[in-house]
Amino acid sequence: MNEDEREPPYLYPDYVGTRLRAPAKPLVTLPEGFHDFPAPLFPRTVAELDHDLTRQHAGEPIGERIIVSGRVLDSDGRPIRHTIVEVWQANAAGRYLDQDDQHPAPLDPNFTGAGRCLTDGEGRYRFITIKPGAYPWKNHRNAWRPAHIHFSLFGSEFRSRLVTQMYFPGDPLMPRDPILTSIPDQSGRERLVSQFDPETTVPEWALGYRWDIVLRGRAATPFEDES
Amino acid sequence: MSGPLTPSQTVGPFFGVGLPFDKGEQIVTLGSPGAIRIEGQVLDGKGAPVPDALLEIWQVGAGFGRSRTDPEGAFSFVAVKPSPTPAPDGRMQAPHLNVTVFARGLLRHLVTRLYFPDETEANGTDPVLNFVEPARRETLIAKSCGGVLHFDIRLQGERETVFFAI
Repeated sequence: MNEDEREPPYLYPDYVGTRLRAPAKPLVTLPEGFHDFPAPLFPRTVAELDHDLTRQHAGEPIGERIIVSGRVLDSDGRPIRHTIVEVWQANAAGRYLDQDDQHPAPLDPNFTGAGRCLTDGEGRYRFITIKPGAYPWKNHRNAWRPAHIHFSLFGSEFRSRLVTQMYFPGDPLMPRDPILTSIPDQSGRERLVSQFDPETTVPEWALGYRWDIVLRGRAATPFEDES
Repeated sequence: MSGPLTPSQTVGPFFGVGLPFDKGEQIVTLGSPGAIRIEGQVLDGKGAPVPDALLEIWQVGAGFGRSRTDPEGAFSFVAVKPSPTPAPDGRMQAPHLNVTVFARGLLRHLVTRLYFPDETEANGTDPVLNFVEPARRETLIAKSCGGVLHFDIRLQGERETVFFAI
């Protein structure tokens, strides 16, 4: 199976939003190398507490405190060091801090739902947050999104850019979610599901979930530099 | 160890809390030498505005910009025209910007290019523009309107923007 078959298609009619937004014409495939260039210097800074979504306000947000951590790797298993990881999510009631979110669930004055961090020298990232709630959407009758955290990553080059979503193990909404099931094979879907992790769970304080992310690796160009 | 790639998912409609940032649309500061304002609209297959898209410009050697669309599907950037760059085969590429599109309804992001309308000669010999069928090339070339570059992105349908597989 090549990597494109592991990815969701652009047109997936069960996800209604794709119907008028998926390109109808085939993408143009350029000869090799035209999209091989390094990621830009990301201009946004990362402050010390940006990875902790529970400490952005005067009080603590309501919800189940969790620690989400893992590694960012390229497809050869090499860590992607010092790359920015951006996350955003709904609050514990399943509501986003967004004026377009009309779900009649409460906002939490102590929760914004956005964070970012840089991976360390071994490609590790770590966020402290609360478990997001499921929420309804209007895709079809009684449609509910499984609980998820959005992730945005750059990696080392243009081709490694990834925006995706992390899910939680055992969520009964996952098999009914057309956004997740747009991924053609079950093993691909499972790669978006985090694992409960006793090792990173902190006693008397927070549950740990682990999720590793694999980005497209660097192309073997003459300019490749290990540093 | 080698791992299968992590699949993509849509950016969804509620990325506003996490991804846009202050002055993100300014790859160079407004008013700096050579700064050009780029404006455009993202449209769906029925020509309706896409109010929940996020665009990024990757300018090799110059920087990065990020801009979300507004309720009318409109976006803007401040950029500079880059220098011509060599293609992998050694031919010269006309000045261009790499544009990445995320949106609710896009399960994977899209990649296109913005070329400059005042570079007729360089555009005429650009290997990427020449790789694209002639009738669709104009979707990649911005239009000059009163000191501003205009660049619409049509996700689907008539005059659909050319997107590249990456």
